[in-house]
Amino acid sequence: MAARKAASKPNVSAEELKGYYRDMLLIRRFEEKAGQLYGMGLIGGFCHLYIGQEAVVVGLEAAAEEGDKRITSYRDHGHMLACGMDPNGVMAELTGREGGYSKGKGGSMHMFSKEKHFYGGHGIVAAQVPLGAGLAFADKYLENGRVTFTYFGDGAANQGQVYESYNMAELWDLPVVFVIENNQYAMGTSTKRSTKSPSYWERGAAYGIPGEEVDGMDVLAVKAAGEKAVAHCRAGKGPYILEIKTYRYRGHSMSDPAKYRTREEVQKMRDERDPIEAVRSMLLTGKHASEDDLKAIDKEIKEIVNASAEFAKESPEPHLDELWTDIYADAAPQNA
Amino acid sequence: MATEILMPALSPTMEEGTLAKWLVKEGDTVSSGDIMAEIETDKATMEFEAVDEGIVGKILIAEGTEGVKVNTPIAILVEEGEEVGDVSATPAPAAEAPAAEAPAPTAVAAAPAAPQVDLTPDWPEGTAMKEQTVREALRDAMAEEMRADDTVFLMGEEVAEYQGAYKVSQGLLDEFGAKRVIDTPITEHGFAGIGVGAAFGGLRPIVEFMTFNFAMQAIDQIINSAAKTLYMSGGQMGAPMVFRGPNGAAARVGAQHSQDYAAWYMQVPGLKVVMPYSASDAKGLMKTAIRDPNPVIFLENEILYGRTFDVPDMDDFTVPFGKARIWREGDDVTIVSFGIGMQYALEAADKLAEDGISAEVIDLRTLRPMDTSTILNSVMKTNRCVTVEEGWPQGSVGNYISSVIMQQAFDYLDAPVINCTGKDVPMPYAANLEKHALITTAEVIEAVKQVTYR
Ligand SMILES: Cc1ncc(C[n+]2csc(CCOP(=O)(O)OP(=O)(O)O)c2C)c(N)n1
Ligand SMILES: [Mg+2]
Repeated sequence: MAARKAASKPNVSAEELKGYYRDMLLIRRFEEKAGQLYGMGLIGGFCHLYIGQEAVVVGLEAAAEEGDKRITSYRDHGHMLACGMDPNGVMAELTGREGGYSKGKGGSMHMFSKEKHFYGGHGIVAAQVPLGAGLAFADKYLENGRVTFTYFGDGAANQGQVYESYNMAELWDLPVVFVIENNQYAMGTSTKRSTKSPSYWERGAAYGIPGEEVDGMDVLAVKAAGEKAVAHCRAGKGPYILEIKTYRYRGHSMSDPAKYRTREEVQKMRDERDPIEAVRSMLLTGKHASEDDLKAIDKEIKEIVNASAEFAKESPEPHLDELWTDIYADAAPQNA
Repeated sequence: MATEILMPALSPTMEEGTLAKWLVKEGDTVSSGDIMAEIETDKATMEFEAVDEGIVGKILIAEGTEGVKVNTPIAILVEEGEEVGDVSATPAPAAEAPAAEAPAPTAVAAAPAAPQVDLTPDWPEGTAMKEQTVREALRDAMAEEMRADDTVFLMGEEVAEYQGAYKVSQGLLDEFGAKRVIDTPITEHGFAGIGVGAAFGGLRPIVEFMTFNFAMQAIDQIINSAAKTLYMSGGQMGAPMVFRGPNGAAARVGAQHSQDYAAWYMQVPGLKVVMPYSASDAKGLMKTAIRDPNPVIFLENEILYGRTFDVPDMDDFTVPFGKARIWREGDDVTIVSFGIGMQYALEAADKLAEDGISAEVIDLRTLRPMDTSTILNSVMKTNRCVTVEEGWPQGSVGNYISSVIMQQAFDYLDAPVINCTGKDVPMPYAANLEKHALITTAEVIEAVKQVTYR
């Protein structure tokens, strides 16, 4: 049942490949900028950067259709950009301003977009897993053919609610793709120190859920696996697990002394497995793009990111009255 | 163009730090990701990486310098062939965030006017009544709302085939089928979360906890996910749903199955909290709860399930939130209660009447929103108040009511408010001890005599 071998690489057009390059680069540059703004004191509290993991969300978004949903943890900036949310609104939420997706009331870890079917941004490790299964429950109930991508980390993968959700998701054939972003660390705890069964996707077998391990530094492999998982869900066969092996280059949050791994380990990943470099060289060696084409993309991204930082600085702080709004919904149903 | 490198904030609380060590020197070429320096923060020593590419033109702060404020320029990065002098005038560091003005404490008027109270009756005069148990009333409320709205469904342990652990969902599976009346595994945290997610996704779940004691497994989802999402999303999405089940002591089930959670949930902005006593309130409030676009905690009571009350025989009977019910009018003392506490309050009022003490008895029905106007209005008339509840004394619902009365009707009080509560102990198993742990009618009578100085 459980397929171990990742599907072979799909054929993608040069345009698609360039698109993935662009989307991954947007996330990376955006996160670097967020790191800078944090350093300047414009972003406060916790701020978890996605640098290194870009291929996961970009690959899976390439497998999604309009109307599909996504939900994730606090490490959420990449997911939001990948599903098409406006960098200005995301950055302004990071700076806690009126122009942010949650009017400055959510912050880095709690952002949402009804329009883009992005259901957050959740600060409690693994709480989003049953929530994602619940979104899929609603989709199945409403018979709308949608699929929900429920992302969580290797650390979250040891929480009890994950297995409660697996059981119910399979029991009720919910159209949910459980995406384990295995970046090998939960804060300072490596997977080796948190479990003796490090193959997380295999745990699904106990509930009858198929799954596979995916190379998360290869955007095309992620896309191929995503398509397979989505097809499984849309066919009414229930959930699917993707354990995506990835790596975060930066600290867990901004204040991470990084003593749990060596600089060499991080540098090796960057030098040998960087997902953006991989696509870049694919584009160049395959002559799908010239250096100039890529420079133009770099420039466009830089402008978008700088504009988002400007917007996030210029956008006013929320009005004090906002303190008292959005506590209760009015009689008109929120989710109608 | 030359750029200044600023002293970074490396933790949520860092305001200044020590520039422990430079790992680059003037003239070195750096690229993004290279470590430039070691900085000691209030928490740890951290490596500071370059974000931009360039050549270290000048080091402005020597290593070993302590107390370097965040955002102070510490070095200048230049491009090839560029002079340090080219550095553009840097904008002043981000101005101090304007101090948020704390909302002024509500002014306390010396003798406030009597508050507005909603006195409209719950049902029109002359409405035919029928006798029903609380259990039947709850079932009918759910069934009526499920008929009216396809997105309403019930999930929980034993709600479907078994017909409900306390038979509250009797007959619902037959009428609505397994798609809408769903047996879950014993996984409160998981299914509460699935319920919240389904609410995000456009449904109106009713999540039954076999008892609220087990909702402690799920309280993270109830509070962090259901109650707060509307706020955290800036009003974009929330969880229109009901969490319901029996709350408080049943009989002889011991410490882990007898807790009253009224005061816990009442504390949470974003939740609405209902705790009915009668069957008509159970029905009318349940229908309102299912229609409410917010997460509602609906606290039932196992002992009350079997009690019979008159329920108006109407097509669509609802009771609004935030409106207390005056069960009995009186002049000498106000007794405020809710849920099963009403049983003691009403019994006490009957006995007190024999002694010539006239008690006004108020049933709050909903704890959040709470109809404090009705309480204040009554206290302004009786000048005395006793609260009655089954839960623990410290941080009780009565404590909150007392503070409201003290702040808004202090000058009307002729005696301190007394809070009658359950005893400050886990529920014992032994029958005699259990009886003492619970609030008793005798204690309510005693409290009333104290505040009326009889
Ligand atoms: C229930 C809960 N426990 C602990 C925390 C503190 N915490 C935040 S992130 C984290 C590590 C999670 O690691 P992982 O799931 O691997 O995700 P990653 O950060 O690697 O993306 C911890 C322990 C929390 N937020 N919630
Ligand atoms: Mg991790």
